[in-house]
Amino acid sequence: MNAEAPKPVNSKLNSAVPSGPMAQKWDKHKFEMKLVNPANKRKFEVIVVGSGLAGAAAAATLGEQGYNVKCFCFQDSPRRAHSIAAQGGINAAKNYKNDGDSVHRLFYDTIKGGDFRAREANVHRLAQVSVNIIDQCVAQGVPFAREYGGLLDTRSFGGSQLQRTFYARGQTGQQLLLGAYQSLSRQIGLGNVKMFPRTEMLDVVVANGKARGIIVRDLVSGEISAHTAHVVVLATGGYGNVFFLSTNAKGCNVTATWRAYKKGAFFANPCYTQIHPTCIPVSGDHQSKLTLMSESLRNDGRVWVPKNAADCGKAPASIPEADRDYVLERKYPSFGNLAPRDVSSRAAKEVCDEGRGVGPIVDGKRLGVYLDFADAIKRLGENKIRERYANLFDMYERITGENAYQQPMRIYPAVHYTMGGTWVDYNLMSTLPGLFVAGEANFSDHGANRLGASALMQGLADGYFILPYTLGNYLASNYAAANPEKLSADSAPFRDALSAVKEQTNRLLKINGKRSVLSFHRQLGKMVWDKCGMARTEKGLKELLREIPTLREEFWQNVKVTGTGEEFNQDLEYAGRVADFFEFAELLATDALHRDESCGGHFRVEHQDDEGEAKRNDDDFCYAAAWEYAGDGKAPILNKEPLEFEEVHLAKRSYK
Amino acid sequence: MNLTLTVWRQKNASDPGRFENYAAKDIIPDMSFLEMLDVVNDRLVAEGREPIAFDSDCREGICGACSCVINGVPHGGHRGTTACQLHMRHFKDGDTIVIEPWRAKAFPVIRDLVTDRSAFDRVIQAGGFVSVNTGGTPDANCLPVPKENADLAMDAAQCIGCGACVAACKNASAMLFVSAKIGHLGLLPQGAVEQERRVINMVAQMDAEGFGNCTVTGSCEAVCPKEISLNFISRMNRDYAVALLKGRQPDRK
Repeated sequence: MNAEAPKPVNSKLNSAVPSGPMAQKWDKHKFEMKLVNPANKRKFEVIVVGSGLAGAAAAATLGEQGYNVKCFCFQDSPRRAHSIAAQGGINAAKNYKNDGDSVHRLFYDTIKGGDFRAREANVHRLAQVSVNIIDQCVAQGVPFAREYGGLLDTRSFGGSQLQRTFYARGQTGQQLLLGAYQSLSRQIGLGNVKMFPRTEMLDVVVANGKARGIIVRDLVSGEISAHTAHVVVLATGGYGNVFFLSTNAKGCNVTATWRAYKKGAFFANPCYTQIHPTCIPVSGDHQSKLTLMSESLRNDGRVWVPKNAADCGKAPASIPEADRDYVLERKYPSFGNLAPRDVSSRAAKEVCDEGRGVGPIVDGKRLGVYLDFADAIKRLGENKIRERYANLFDMYERITGENAYQQPMRIYPAVHYTMGGTWVDYNLMSTLPGLFVAGEANFSDHGANRLGASALMQGLADGYFILPYTLGNYLASNYAAANPEKLSADSAPFRDALSAVKEQTNRLLKINGKRSVLSFHRQLGKMVWDKCGMARTEKGLKELLREIPTLREEFWQNVKVTGTGEEFNQDLEYAGRVADFFEFAELLATDALHRDESCGGHFRVEHQDDEGEAKRNDDDFCYAAAWEYAGDGKAPILNKEPLEFEEVHLAKRSYK
Repeated sequence: MNLTLTVWRQKNASDPGRFENYAAKDIIPDMSFLEMLDVVNDRLVAEGREPIAFDSDCREGICGACSCVINGVPHGGHRGTTACQLHMRHFKDGDTIVIEPWRAKAFPVIRDLVTDRSAFDRVIQAGGFVSVNTGGTPDANCLPVPKENADLAMDAAQCIGCGACVAACKNASAMLFVSAKIGHLGLLPQGAVEQERRVINMVAQMDAEGFGNCTVTGSCEAVCPKEISLNFISRMNRDYAVALLKGRQPDRK
């Protein structure tokens, strides 16, 4: 790339990256940020929406610091946020294995893994605080796996040649979330945090250009109410359920970040969606979600398909070694079965498209590849494999009725994580002042592809170690700490937002059409998956951009939402979320169409090299695309944040 | 396959509730139990009737949201399996399936199969944590933990807080849930420091929420989707006895 080429500059996006050498930016910034004195902290109202790793960690920490915190989640308990389902592990640059790890190497791997589409300074900070996270979690009583000497065990994960991943069996997300939940519970018990479970955020309230509160619906009584604050944190997860079928929980939705987008918080890089290579294949039309099998399985499992399409229907054991194609080992000899997620997923799609997929035929195709543990069982014994993965093998058997100790698992890629999200600056603040966004909900650290075991790291980094500093700086800079201005929930901005939310709810209830919300969601999801899933083309995306508005119109004419707004009504909740997915899907396709290159999880068929690998275009697309809402029915405005690489040189990502 | 569902319908906490029958036609054995309910609900909506409310989220057996009693057994009675992971291949064509919410005084019904389990959260708030703030913690490897203890702690820590143990117990006791957290934290040096205070406070809150006592029937262990062992209740009883003998009192609110 030509280093002298003029960079696009946009005055609406100030990344606020501190000056100075990369390794010193965060420490320097921490020193320069303003503080709020302990006695004044309780005068500030902080709202945290979401209680996953980022939300629970932030709410707990801010509560400990003395802020007056309210935390909201739509689940019946903060312990159920979807972070709980993360299986494999959490990365940290501890170098406990003495295998050459360092902050710089974790930083480098993450930038490279993200296909050079993340902001360097944020990623470096993430790698720096990764080591504190492990210390914090151990102190909370997270039961990480240990070796016989009593010290912590680690294992390897995709996209890295080191063993830097800490884990708690196949339930690392659960244990880390319970650690954060317990810290949050302690603050709730002490009265520092007020928790609102079964409460869904439906809008952000803006007053004098700042986020000053939210509108929520109590999901039990149906009451819609306003809550004021000096600062609002959204930690509301990703938008994977726009595809209908994904590994996300049923409740995961884009509503919070989407409504914030419509209030001025730009949405960045929505086309960066991650397809996880190791999920249980679809079994039929009734399927309500897809189940992930942890990537950690690729430490010991070997991915293969028959060399000959004629063998695909045969029992795997009857196919001799010579007739097997160990796809990843063949294509990527140095990373083998641990190639990154996007690369591995595409390899699986390719062989299935060639007609060499395995498993039952669904919709005329066999969509699956084997993940075989026979060699590992021979080498280590079944007990060792059981110790490592028992819960995953059990889950596989419950879902498929097959025993993976005796025959290979069948896996296929599925939507798993979304790298895109609300655009945030170095302080994790969006373009709407006073609105901070953390965890999967923001766009910040993973570029175009996230490495395994990095989501947990980012969620906890944002919540425990970044927001608690940067929020204080914002509050101290924007309010008189001794007597911060309070707004009344009866003031005009709150009344207006409240009535807009009520209006939308009533509108949904009044349509009284013929089709269920589920049927619309399923149709939208299939459309988006087919044309904006693992492989995208200009033609397909243009078609998709015509199809979405048509279906959305039908939704608003013909959806059937049962019950009333003044009661526990899951149909109504669902309808509101799907209505937002309909709008969001259009932005997703718009972004995918505009990004005329392949990078990470965004694969444009037009841009691949001779071997079918993603081909980036750094001359034209080395920027984060932050979309600005321009009003209903108007095309969103593209703002570009140029990405500059000081430490890591732009290079072709190779795992060969 | 074709099934008949006998489902508990209750509009809200003050409605007395009743059973209603629904036909579940053309069910595929590969469906999960909740996918079967999705199909039934989709058809109810198409007929303009109100769908059956039930809690579910992750649908992979880890979030603990799903909570229905199936043919008299919480989660349906398959070893180590939540309702969302139960598949229809375990039922037969023509079966009648009775579906009810958790039934316990401490878990009031919100609607149909949905109950309010916030009592569990309040028990954790009373002491189910290690009292450390964020930051300033020592290096993770400065305190070795015997692998056996770490593994046993993990066995207990797996609890998903679904409440099946309470629903299965004739006394609606929460002892398995409470003891799992006490066992998990007490087995680790980080949590052992405040174990006496923890056990006294959590048990006091458990009693205040209206959960019953344990009579060691073991039905909780039998239905626990994470197969948490009854041994943790024994451990908790021992910890509780020690704390009592030392004259520990619950913290005042």
